[in-house]
Amino acid sequence: MNRRMIFYTLGKMIKLEAAILVLPLIVSLIYKEPDALSFLITVLISLALGFLLTLVFKSKNKVIYAKEGFAIVALTWITISAVGALPFVISGSIPNYIDAFFETVSGFTTTGASIVKDVTALPHGILFWRSFTHWIGGMGVIVFIMAIVPSLTDRSIHILRAEMPGPIIGKLVPKAKDTAKILYLIYIVITALEFILLLLGGMPVFDSLIHSFGTAGTGGFGIKPNCLQDYSPYCKWVITIFMLIFGVNFNLYYFILLKRIKSVFKNCELWLYLALFVIASAVISFNIYSIYKTVSETVLQSSFQVASIITTTGYSTADFNQWPTLSKTVLLILMFFGGCAGSTAGGLKIQRVVMLYKSVKRELLKMLHPSSVSTVKLDGKSVDNPTLNSTNIYFAIYIGLLFIVFILISLENKFSIETNFSAAVSCFNNVGPGFGTVGPLGNYSAYSGFSKMVLSFAMLFGRLEIYPLLFTLIPSVWTKGRF
Amino acid sequence: MEIIIAGCGKIGMEAAANLTLEGHSVTVIDKNPNVLNNIINIYDVMSVCGNAVNYEILSEAGIKNADMFIAVMGSDELNMLSCFAAKNLGVKSTIARIRNPEYNDKSLGFMRQHLGLSMAINPELLAAKEIFNILKLPAAVKTEHFSRRNFEIAELKVTKDSALCGLKLIDMREKFNFSYLVCAIQRGSEVFIPNGNFTIECGDKIGITASAAEIQKLLKSLNYLKKQARNIMILGGSKTAVYLAKMLVNTGNSVKIIDNNPVRCAELSKYLEKVVIINGDGSSRELLLEEGLKDIDAFVSLTGIDEENILISLYASMQNVSKVVAKVNRNELISMADNLGLDSIISQKDITTNILVGYARALENSFGSNVETLYKVMDGKVEALEFNIRPDSKLIGIPLKDLSLKKDTLIAGIMRGRKTIIPNGDDIICPNDKVIVFAANQRLRDLSDILFK
Repeated sequence: MNRRMIFYTLGKMIKLEAAILVLPLIVSLIYKEPDALSFLITVLISLALGFLLTLVFKSKNKVIYAKEGFAIVALTWITISAVGALPFVISGSIPNYIDAFFETVSGFTTTGASIVKDVTALPHGILFWRSFTHWIGGMGVIVFIMAIVPSLTDRSIHILRAEMPGPIIGKLVPKAKDTAKILYLIYIVITALEFILLLLGGMPVFDSLIHSFGTAGTGGFGIKPNCLQDYSPYCKWVITIFMLIFGVNFNLYYFILLKRIKSVFKNCELWLYLALFVIASAVISFNIYSIYKTVSETVLQSSFQVASIITTTGYSTADFNQWPTLSKTVLLILMFFGGCAGSTAGGLKIQRVVMLYKSVKRELLKMLHPSSVSTVKLDGKSVDNPTLNSTNIYFAIYIGLLFIVFILISLENKFSIETNFSAAVSCFNNVGPGFGTVGPLGNYSAYSGFSKMVLSFAMLFGRLEIYPLLFTLIPSVWTKGRF
Repeated sequence: MEIIIAGCGKIGMEAAANLTLEGHSVTVIDKNPNVLNNIINIYDVMSVCGNAVNYEILSEAGIKNADMFIAVMGSDELNMLSCFAAKNLGVKSTIARIRNPEYNDKSLGFMRQHLGLSMAINPELLAAKEIFNILKLPAAVKTEHFSRRNFEIAELKVTKDSALCGLKLIDMREKFNFSYLVCAIQRGSEVFIPNGNFTIECGDKIGITASAAEIQKLLKSLNYLKKQARNIMILGGSKTAVYLAKMLVNTGNSVKIIDNNPVRCAELSKYLEKVVIINGDGSSRELLLEEGLKDIDAFVSLTGIDEENILISLYASMQNVSKVVAKVNRNELISMADNLGLDSIISQKDITTNILVGYARALENSFGSNVETLYKVMDGKVEALEFNIRPDSKLIGIPLKDLSLKKDTLIAGIMRGRKTIIPNGDDIICPNDKVIVFAANQRLRDLSDILFK
């Protein structure tokens, strides 16, 4: 374990956080609100911490392997959340540190689960910071630093792989740094496009910015108590479409730029993703037509909610807690699916679901014809057995962890099974709202501190796709000579 | 630059590593996904899995924007074909490894022209040439020529009984007053570009630049000079051995090749008429002694197994063979063999990679940088670069002692017209000179990079 390198990189990440904390500081200065001081203090603290780490742990040996990559990613996410929670506590917006940590983790992991009872009472700087964590966390904090800082290490692929969602990570261009740059450029352009379209729809500047951040990272922090219900249908449609756009593999946008349209059309994950969206919206539309009466309203409500849940954003334009059981069940299932691999969405990822389905099919075929040989193919390319195996194992660990989270938050015996289960599923898949007490109009504030910590880690596990955090939490990975 | 490497074997891997370090964007193509998985874990490169002759695979690797295409797959024919495809898809330069001796005669020029190859490399031939140089030089050191024949670098190992042991460089200058420069010192895994106060320790490997004649004089007074090899024994009948034996025979040496494969021996006897071919196990002490190991001047170990080469070479050194050359391919073993005291180690991989990196730099040249040629010395840890001095260079007219050079850089030679100057502090650089700069632990792109800013 190259510990010096891990902590050195961690120091760099904290310095980066100090830099991005300047943005909410500026916002609060613009609005002349007192929370500016809390950001200033946090910037100073993180600068001090960052410089301390980079100076103490400066190391000659910059070689890292997969396990260092995992540890760097996991520790970075925990640390930036811990530091990012400070402004909430210092400004008094969220006085309890555990609550603030939950809120920040929920921001960085693009979950959007909140413990804030009255959002309107929060100052603008704090609101901006909350949503900006979505935007940074969506594409990845470390991917961001890789794009702007001269190469950290030659083997940055280990970090890239540990942070980017999806079972197979390929680079777009030979250099990891250039890949990170391209991804962020695409990300910035699409976010800006949404911001402009929302402005054109008459949404105030601040609201447009917040909602663009929330959509881009597929996060879901709102700034109104009833989320997006009060905005015009135009804005709701814009957000629906952009949620879907951010749930698509970003490599495809790069292919479009390269005019490799064919490989976009051949991408079966994309088609399945769109098909799932259409089918789920259709089912829910029929199911809720009796509530909304008009076709346009019904279609808007169902599409928005489906897009919001499948991309694990978690915005809502309706209290889907009140919807019929069928609709709620469909939404709950969609939470597991999540968006496409290589997007900012959470969940299992459609690609994994496809691979699971195909390997199940192959195993069944093997039982009928024991000597049969078949190759699993994805987008016309064969998937090797190790990749399939690791997908199956990922799924097993995923289910196991989900149950552990479910049981741990049920310890306090306070809420219904529906609430607890949907809270666990929602946090683990980085969706945000669940059903019952934690529904779209509710929040997570009623949970105990212990449950909030459990859910915070569930969110981190979900965002980092389990392994980085899992390995970092195993003590023997850190001791010399073992593992 | 955008560089595509087809084939991820030993040379492909090493080339990818070095070219990424140079700052190029490298994409590798190979058929074997496991090899690719391995390489993307270690180096910052992109990988494409498939056949490098296939149009779609080449396009996926970004052939349209590539500046350089290097084909180092197992088969010569595939290399030629993929270079042909790449050239026609718009790559500026294509380099193919062609090692079959049957292509390396007159047909090579014809094929290069018609396939549009910018360069054909033959690692075995290159290695043979390098070994030939070592054998030809009457000393147990490795030497390399720079652009002109009258400027050489000799790498020598300081042994316990050497007069250099514990000597400061200024004192060395007084004791051995010739025109030379100690330009690099390798101690363990570290290299230094020394100044006058540096003390040479026993076990160091030092690099000395001078004109060929001066090097001979210096080596003579240092007792490094040995008689030129005449009787040479080669172990292992590889392609390199064939090339080497031909060169040696043509210059009037007597050569003996030992190989344990009777079929190969029969083949060798067809190609090489004046060479004595022995069929037998070269690792057997009995056989080596029987064939006169104690009486030969040089022993070259070229079997396919690094470990065998190292061990048998050590045995040969113990039998007082004055020159021993071992072929070692794996990087880890090279440094180990060095520590064991073998003085001449040849690595085909390194020779080839140096040429590829040099070629990439020269190509980049045409886009602005002004490195004329690049050599890697001291196991590739020190670079020697030849620069052309443009009339507008900042270095012109200033005595060298007044230039504030960066750490670990040294101006080791100035070539003015037909003259080679080994500079001292009072020399100045004139327009249209060529200078040779030594740099350790850094990569220079431009002559102005050596100035301390």
